[in-house]
Amino acid sequence: MAKPELMDYDKALELFEPVLGFEVHVELNTKTKMFCGCANEFGSGANTNTCPTCLGLPGGLPQVNHKAIESSIRLGLALGCEIAEHSRFARKNYFYPDTAKNFQTSQYDDPICHDGSLTIELESGRLVTVEIERAHMEDDAGKLTHMGGSTGRIQGADYSLVDYNRGGVPLVEIVTQMIEGAEHDAPEIGRTYVAGIREIAKALGVSNARMEEGNVRCDANVSLRPRGSKVLGTRTETKNVNSLRSVERAVRYEIQRQAAVLAAGGTITQETRHWHEDTGITSAGRPKSDADDYRYFPEPDLVPMAPSREWVEELRRTLPEPPAARRKRLQADWGFANLEFQDVVNSDLMDAVEATVAAGASAQSARKWWTGEVARLANAAGVAADSLVQPAQLAALIALVDAGTLTDRLARQVLEGVIAGEGTPAEVVASRGLAVVSDDGALIAAIDEALSKQPDVLAKIRDGKLQAAGAVIGAVMKAMRGQADAARVRELVLERAGTAESGTVE
Amino acid sequence: MSAITAEQVAHLANLARIDLSPEEITNLTIDLGQIVDSVAKVQEVATADVPATSHPMPLTNVFREDVVVPSLSVEQALSGAPARAGDKFRVPAILDEE
Repeated sequence: MAKPELMDYDKALELFEPVLGFEVHVELNTKTKMFCGCANEFGSGANTNTCPTCLGLPGGLPQVNHKAIESSIRLGLALGCEIAEHSRFARKNYFYPDTAKNFQTSQYDDPICHDGSLTIELESGRLVTVEIERAHMEDDAGKLTHMGGSTGRIQGADYSLVDYNRGGVPLVEIVTQMIEGAEHDAPEIGRTYVAGIREIAKALGVSNARMEEGNVRCDANVSLRPRGSKVLGTRTETKNVNSLRSVERAVRYEIQRQAAVLAAGGTITQETRHWHEDTGITSAGRPKSDADDYRYFPEPDLVPMAPSREWVEELRRTLPEPPAARRKRLQADWGFANLEFQDVVNSDLMDAVEATVAAGASAQSARKWWTGEVARLANAAGVAADSLVQPAQLAALIALVDAGTLTDRLARQVLEGVIAGEGTPAEVVASRGLAVVSDDGALIAAIDEALSKQPDVLAKIRDGKLQAAGAVIGAVMKAMRGQADAARVRELVLERAGTAESGTVE
Repeated sequence: MSAITAEQVAHLANLARIDLSPEEITNLTIDLGQIVDSVAKVQEVATADVPATSHPMPLTNVFREDVVVPSLSVEQALSGAPARAGDKFRVPAILDEE
């Protein structure tokens, strides 16, 4: 595949105005699929969660999952949408083996949610309100694996394998209006918008919202129009951009690619494009016209929905604090600098820190432990930090450090014990015998012994060369197997050497 | 006179991976044509004073609780598949017709 030419980004923006649009699919975390009682779970054996309904077998009859409707309405409300008084499903007909039914059950002219918006804040502080046209429900397709060929990609595959476990899992597809005026911020708007949707879905608890597992997927529409023109350019739709960083890269790439094509006198083909995470480019998929005929018609096997206004209002009362507002509140409460706070947010540890603070730890200690030692251990184990230890346990550990029972070094050993399932921090301290030796008698005995073995050091200390004390402190810490407070040991060493610093000004 | 042709039926059969004999194609072309004609008749009487309906039953909000019920076994699920590989359905290469 020849690498297409790209125009310098700033140059592209000078010549063209980008117009964006996003379709974000949010996979709901209901226990069962949208229209049947098969389990909705990630990672089970192939084709273990299927039934006649989701396999499209004769006689299969869909039944709407109440919880999925509830989740869709809550998601719509959180995005400021109107909830339709009358809504129905429609068949979107197409032949492709990712759906065994030969149609996707979706919504066409009566989506459950419409006319909302999401205001996002860019790093520059610029606020952008993204208008949302609609949020409709549909079922997900099965998972295809392309076999043979050289690349494992769709082009050149000899055959494909299908796992229908995901087929029929409930999705909400959120469609924006055209986003104009994005200018240089276009890539960041894409990333921040998708991050905002993901954050809201997570806060509502309606989705696991893990992009790496495909719970949130983005199709990015990009078109360019020459400066001064009122006419929209031809758009491309880059499918399945599945990480926040990729959304940003894909939008930037399409702007640069389209600008190069247009500037060279070429035309943009209206088509879907595939995003390649590894090479950071998009490639042509199938041509797509606005007249694509999916032969939509109302789903005859399902009756319409008419969510009562009482139900909608009841669901509105269950909405959590909007994530953006919550972030502002927590940063102020915790007194974190922007970088400290970003570190917590980017590591997905806001909930963990909040719970740890609620369990009694100081915000700074909670932040330090979560983004430091816990994140390091989680990284090494390849798991999420907040799955490694309970906030209450970490708060208890921090309390032991604050009380002087543990040094940071000992606390890290205790943390490992807690993670290994050896019990609460206090239990691990007891069973591993890790508490700081705070008995001055024991420390003094060790110090006197060390000083008597190193008379030269003792002489230096008495000469005022206090840095020489390090050798003695090291020996004492070793004798205490690290379980002493080094600062206290230093004080005692100087005291025993007869040069206590108390009250002196250095 | 219906607008359905034998070529359209053959194309749809191919897309749906249904093996049809020439006689079946001829018969289905006639049958589908009659269905299209019948629908056209209904459209004639569906004037502006007849509200559009998507369902004959005057029902709304028929929901199922979110409770897992047992699925088919993998063997049952794959029993009707023309080809399989392990526990997955095996289907022909996909983009060759585009």
